[in-house]
Amino acid sequence: MTPPTPHDVQEAITRAHREEWARVVAALTRRFGALDTAEEAAAEAFATAVERWPADGVPPNPGGWLTTTAHRKAIDRIRREAKRDAKQQEAQLSYHAPPEPPEPTGPIDDERLRLVFTCCHPALAMEARVALTLRLVGGLTVAEIAHAFLVQENTVGQRITRAKAKIKAAGIPYRVPSAAQLPERVSGVLAVLYLVFNEGYLASGPGTDPVRSDLTAEAIRLTRLTRALLPEDGEVAGLLALMLLTEARRPARLSPSGELVTLGEQDRAAWDRALIAEGHQLVRERLATGKPAGRYQVLAAINAVHTSARSLDETDWSQVVALYDLLLRLDPSPVVALNRAVAVAELDGPAVGLATVDRLAAPLAGYHAYHATRADLLRRLSRTQEARTAYDTAITLTTNPAEADHLTRRRDELPREDDR
Amino acid sequence: MQYLLSVIHDSAEFGTAEEMAAIDVFNERLQAEGHWVFAGGLGTTDTATVVDNRGSAALVTDGPFVETKEYLVGFWIIEAPDLDVALALAADGSKACHRKIEVRPFL
Repeated sequence: MTPPTPHDVQEAITRAHREEWARVVAALTRRFGALDTAEEAAAEAFATAVERWPADGVPPNPGGWLTTTAHRKAIDRIRREAKRDAKQQEAQLSYHAPPEPPEPTGPIDDERLRLVFTCCHPALAMEARVALTLRLVGGLTVAEIAHAFLVQENTVGQRITRAKAKIKAAGIPYRVPSAAQLPERVSGVLAVLYLVFNEGYLASGPGTDPVRSDLTAEAIRLTRLTRALLPEDGEVAGLLALMLLTEARRPARLSPSGELVTLGEQDRAAWDRALIAEGHQLVRERLATGKPAGRYQVLAAINAVHTSARSLDETDWSQVVALYDLLLRLDPSPVVALNRAVAVAELDGPAVGLATVDRLAAPLAGYHAYHATRADLLRRLSRTQEARTAYDTAITLTTNPAEADHLTRRRDELPREDDR
Repeated sequence: MQYLLSVIHDSAEFGTAEEMAAIDVFNERLQAEGHWVFAGGLGTTDTATVVDNRGSAALVTDGPFVETKEYLVGFWIIEAPDLDVALALAADGSKACHRKIEVRPFL
């Protein structure tokens, strides 16, 4: 056998980390009943792989090797702690024996699903759910999560530690919820994944990259995993389609100078056709079931209409408005009403759109997109002075630098008042 | 596990006859399903007295230890296998007594 090249080994470790991390953590959590032990032992097993695989070669079943190694690490850890607190730990060891390594096949998929539901439990704060999911299911390091969300590493570390302590002390179960609770709990999981995706897609905060493809890719990967675990769930499919159809437009979304490019101005040839095809396929599959669509499925359908059109003018706006009407019934929020108004403006003209937008002034006064939308409609109606004011407000309120650049250019392109 | 379900009073209205009846139904269910450990209603904070005997003599003060708009008016102590079961029971308890409920595990 020829020895593997360092590059092959590195690739095998990266692949194993991507494919096996959640499985290893889930199997160990099941076995030892503690997320702490599982996380630390999984991390140790991967560190051992980094040490040993270059010399020993990549094992034929990397997942099995990692699970077995992590298992031994967990036992070692419990034994070490046992020396510190002999009586208590002895009880724990005998309780959890025998320590046979489980095979990473079959029903272990359910264990990953348990892990997802535990990490996304509604009794945890949203930011804790996000950090825990990225760490325990996604396998991101604390440093990577901190970097992605622009917070201090020890803040992320504390969030994860506190969440794990609450899971243990409050008795948050390591279990797939009952059928009665499932739809609500799935929607909680999807909210976490969508938040990760959106943080990547429209990153906030000064000095950040306007699009964080590491986060969007991780969100898509975790949503694919959730879909594999819950293949019948329409909203999981809907969210995956929504992410794919959004991600497909990413190459066209920023100009070379880093400015946000709106849908109408995007170079549609730069869109990712493979992602669009996959997203459209998912939307068609859901339509074919004839079951009523939830929020994510409707959002995916709206994106499917956009990504089917060769240009902004060729978009089937009446279809978009009809889908937004449907979405408003599912989610009667002013932000949805604002997006509907944008489609109305394309269908019935900017004056009708503006009248619709203006009715949302009270709930959306502090929302940058409300002012950006008004600014654009006022510009198209040649109400220059009002457009300028609206652009100024939107620029003040936005936290995304690429969007601020776009709005600033639009404002500066307005005709000067004394030219009129 | 055992959980404390604290009933938080946060309005000017006090319990109605319908609420009392709904609470009775909920209590009977807790007993029938084996969740019941103990429960009780409390007097208002006007009836509270604070005792502090950490110093040389017991200091007795009229009133609650801290004046707040929200305060504890009652509680259940329940037995439940995990937090999901405890939260589901708390949801039904909240509906029955028409107040919000804080769920905390006993150590």
